[in-house]
Amino acid sequence: MARLLLIYAHPGQRTSRANRAMYEKARAIEGVTRVDLYATYPRYDIDVDREQRRLLESDVILFQFPLFWYSIPSLLKEWIDLVLEHGFAYGAGGDRLSCKTLMLAITAAGPADAYRPSGYQHYALRTFLTPLEQTARLCQMTFPAPYVLHGALDAAETGEVAAHVEGYASLLRSIRDDSYDFHAAVERETVTYSDVPFLLGV
Amino acid sequence: MTDFLLLAFIFLTAGIVAVPIATRLGLGSVLGYLIAGICISPLLAGIGVDVISIQHFAEFGVVMMLFLVGLELEPSLLWRMRSKLLGLGGLQVLGSVGLIAGAAVLLGQPWTVGVAIGFVFCLSSTAIVLQTLNEKGLMKSDAGQASFAVLLFQDIAVIPMLAIIPLLALPELTEAVNTLSTIEFDGGGHASDEGHEHGLSLVAGLTGWQTGLATIAAVGVVILGGTYLTRPIFRFIAMAGLRELFTATALFFVVGIALLMSLVGLSPALGTFLAGVVLANSEYRHELQSDIDPFRGLLLGLFFMTVGASIDFRLLFASLGVIIALTLGMMAIKTGVLLILGRIFRLEAGDSWLVGLGLAQAGEFGFVLLSLTVASNAIPQQTADYLLLIVALSMLLTPGFFVLHERLIEPRYRKTQQKTADDIDEVSDVIIAGHGRFGGIVNRMLRAAGYTPTVLDYSASQLELLRTFGFKVFFGDATRPDLLHAAGIAEAKLLVIAIDEREQITELVRYVRKTYPDVHIIARAVNRPHVYELYAAGCRDIVRETFDSGVRTGRSAYEAMGMHPFDAERLSRKFVEYDKYAISQLAETYDPAKPIHRNAAYVARSRALMEERENEVFASGGAFAARIDRGWSPPKKEDVDAAKAKGAKLKQSD
Repeated sequence: MARLLLIYAHPGQRTSRANRAMYEKARAIEGVTRVDLYATYPRYDIDVDREQRRLLESDVILFQFPLFWYSIPSLLKEWIDLVLEHGFAYGAGGDRLSCKTLMLAITAAGPADAYRPSGYQHYALRTFLTPLEQTARLCQMTFPAPYVLHGALDAAETGEVAAHVEGYASLLRSIRDDSYDFHAAVERETVTYSDVPFLLGV
Repeated sequence: MTDFLLLAFIFLTAGIVAVPIATRLGLGSVLGYLIAGICISPLLAGIGVDVISIQHFAEFGVVMMLFLVGLELEPSLLWRMRSKLLGLGGLQVLGSVGLIAGAAVLLGQPWTVGVAIGFVFCLSSTAIVLQTLNEKGLMKSDAGQASFAVLLFQDIAVIPMLAIIPLLALPELTEAVNTLSTIEFDGGGHASDEGHEHGLSLVAGLTGWQTGLATIAAVGVVILGGTYLTRPIFRFIAMAGLRELFTATALFFVVGIALLMSLVGLSPALGTFLAGVVLANSEYRHELQSDIDPFRGLLLGLFFMTVGASIDFRLLFASLGVIIALTLGMMAIKTGVLLILGRIFRLEAGDSWLVGLGLAQAGEFGFVLLSLTVASNAIPQQTADYLLLIVALSMLLTPGFFVLHERLIEPRYRKTQQKTADDIDEVSDVIIAGHGRFGGIVNRMLRAAGYTPTVLDYSASQLELLRTFGFKVFFGDATRPDLLHAAGIAEAKLLVIAIDEREQITELVRYVRKTYPDVHIIARAVNRPHVYELYAAGCRDIVRETFDSGVRTGRSAYEAMGMHPFDAERLSRKFVEYDKYAISQLAETYDPAKPIHRNAAYVARSRALMEERENEVFASGGAFAARIDRGWSPPKKEDVDAAKAKGAKLKQSD
């Protein structure tokens, strides 16, 4: 059984369509430790020791956040800056996170076809995520394909949010039960709710 | 009774008139008192007042002065200044005494008299010099610090001098006096060995070793009592909660110690000095200082007036030339010694001159030692009359010396002076007035960051509590200017006013703004009108005492009601921002003359603001709410569609 740590970063939760529902859904899943970063540290005074302890007690670390300006919300950046310390996460003696997994669950306003050279976002989504991918590599963590909801603003109306939330729940459960196909997931660009069923059975 | 009142009236009038004039002229208060004494001397002679017996009474001021000198001698301060103190101060005293004594011997005095004269002349006038340096803002300069070190050492050197002078007694003088006193007191049957002192004595009938034992016991009583009894006594007094009782207690200490010392035949000045040193580290130090200081000031004033009143003018005019020559000679010797020492201790040349000329005069301790030397038969009365005139004249010349330095010497060295940075460590840059629930937090925060604030508080129980936690806190009413001064407000960078009473806070702000405009003040305001009041009083760093905790409570309430903590944080920040705006809006209508509920403009503006706020904050979707979410709300769908459309166009154009 894998221990899951869900780090959730969303500063404007009152207007959230998908993320809040996802986070709420995760509550009911046993074996998932949830941290609402903006609720825990509304004044940005991150308790580094506590956060590192949490990391050591988990196998899979999941960052859940809405993509802001092609990047992570500021508090999550602060968290990474402080918690992934030299000598802890990287550098001399910094191998405490090795062999763990860092995974992302992202919502993006743009549709899937915007993230390609001919689309209006011009770059592939994974290009924007390379800093996080390299962060994982430096910490000797595996970095499977992120779980993505595209067109998050339209998704509520099209019913996609509900499907995305359900997919999220199955994903978390199968990771917990060590039945998620990480080998296949590492090879993929992204994972969406429609891909989840193909990755569940190991 | 009438006699007493008349006498008091004469002295007080003379002092009140002469001292301010002298201070205004830059002569210092000591000279002011001397001049006052000179002016009233014919009047005193006319009504047959015994000036000398008043002088003996006034000498108690000297005892108090030494007590205060002792109180100032914090071991840590002495340790920091040790090299300057011993080097500069010690060599100044030794050098000056030696050279002046040599000169006196050359002029035909016996060597003992020469040494006594050296003692009298080597001490400079702390009162005049510190006053002048403070006025010119030079206390923190290298020259000011060097002067201070020398003056401090002189103050300490007085103690051994007091002990040595009786040993310098001239045998023929002592004999003459003894014969006189034996005749005088023959009938009474208890002739005293000490000539002039014939009061009570505990050690009169004891043998040598018994006397020694009694003396040691008395010193032990002072040291142990000072260490262990002061705190319980002050705590006991504090229960009554009356200001005057503290003054009475402080006087009780000084009088009691002086009495004990005279009973065992020691100098009262010495005893109180010792007690002062013992109490220098006590938390009641500032309190004792400010209680005793007025008495010391008045009694010393009286002492100087009696000195002035006993100046022999016939002598002055009869030998004016000789006296002026001797005065200038004495000052030249002292200046010379200090110039050489300045070179040795690597002072800038300009600074050396300032120290040398500034400390060239003899001072108020000179008068004290003179009266002692005469009483101990170390200097004959006629010589002392001359010396008195020389001391007074040298003090009179001091302002001229400072002017000389400023006009002629300083300009020459100004260029080199600018290079040297001023790197004097302060005892404490921060004063916290009031150490209750409010000031205590400030104190703890400052200490945590490595600062060592001087804390003043008036609650003995609070003090006791703090002592158990190892804080260094001084007892006293922070609203009293003298206490603030004793705590070092003149050198402080920051004053935090954390006392409770609204009127006292405002009063304190007003006083400090006016007297020490360079001190940054952070003041506690009890409510919003008080903020305006403090602003008007000149404070620009005002903290409402309950505002921040109120805001935090409000934020906790938001969270308890289910608001997301980050939203609660942002909303409470918006509230603070809004409240600042409201305060600045209302400030325009605030009128200190009217209570706010009678101020129609204030009430109207306040109501308008309240409505505005209700609309903004509480109405859902109001402007305020929109401002809160600005930035993190998702882009509108139209914007996304527009971006998509643009993307589509781009695609077509490929």
